[in-house]
Amino acid sequence: MILNGEFIAFFILSVMAIGGAVFMINATRVMHMALSLAFTFFSIAGIYLLLNAMFIAVIQILIYTGAISILMLFGIMLTKHRDEDRPAISTRHLGISFGVVFLFLGGILFVIYQTPLMGEGTAPLTVQELGTSVFKQYVIPFELASVLLLVALVGAIILAKKEEE
Amino acid sequence: MITSYLALAAILFSIGLFGVLTKRNAVIVLFSIELMLNSVNINLVTFSKYGLVPGISGHVFTLFTITIAAAEVAVGLAILISLYRNLGSAEADQYDSMKG
Repeated sequence: MILNGEFIAFFILSVMAIGGAVFMINATRVMHMALSLAFTFFSIAGIYLLLNAMFIAVIQILIYTGAISILMLFGIMLTKHRDEDRPAISTRHLGISFGVVFLFLGGILFVIYQTPLMGEGTAPLTVQELGTSVFKQYVIPFELASVLLLVALVGAIILAKKEEE
Repeated sequence: MITSYLALAAILFSIGLFGVLTKRNAVIVLFSIELMLNSVNINLVTFSKYGLVPGISGHVFTLFTITIAAAEVAVGLAILISLYRNLGSAEADQYDSMKG
């Protein structure tokens, strides 16, 4: 593999992303898990930048490292998070889960490295093209997404509201 | 280069799957699902640049996935808080009933 700038940046960013995710698996405090996953999401934004997806990268930082991480922190603080991390799932459960995930990953990687996927890479797409596409070709899904967001907003409020008795 | 991106996405997806299968805290389970969705997004954006038919569809699909994920996490967290209020526990293996 040629050692160019994209490869070095990809290497650093992927080490950051995978490192954050593995730290999430290994951490014992819930808060540490949430923060390391936020770090992973931040690195994924860098991966999007490498893939010439500027707008997606900015959205990733805004939505994931901003909104969803903070929402998760609220969720952790509103529930009980102090009682010590019982490491309690059984070793058998852990072993079976690890085996299944390992086989899955092995299969996926085998397929990825066997299939001849030779794309050239294209010129960066501008935000203008993205906007045109979203508002012309994909306008119906866009409107549906806005309705879905409204439904989710109302539903979340109703679900989390205290029942009055 | 495309295989590296796809391999990264596969590794992140597997870590998320492992988190879903083994973590007890329901908030962390939700967060691991977010990690899996994110790795799918990496795949979409990668194919949109390096795929055999490159185009803008991958970016648009990623935008929609992020929207749906945000809605999903909000509703999921609301359900979680309601469950916590009823059962007094935030651990996924304690949840065996959805009735109040």
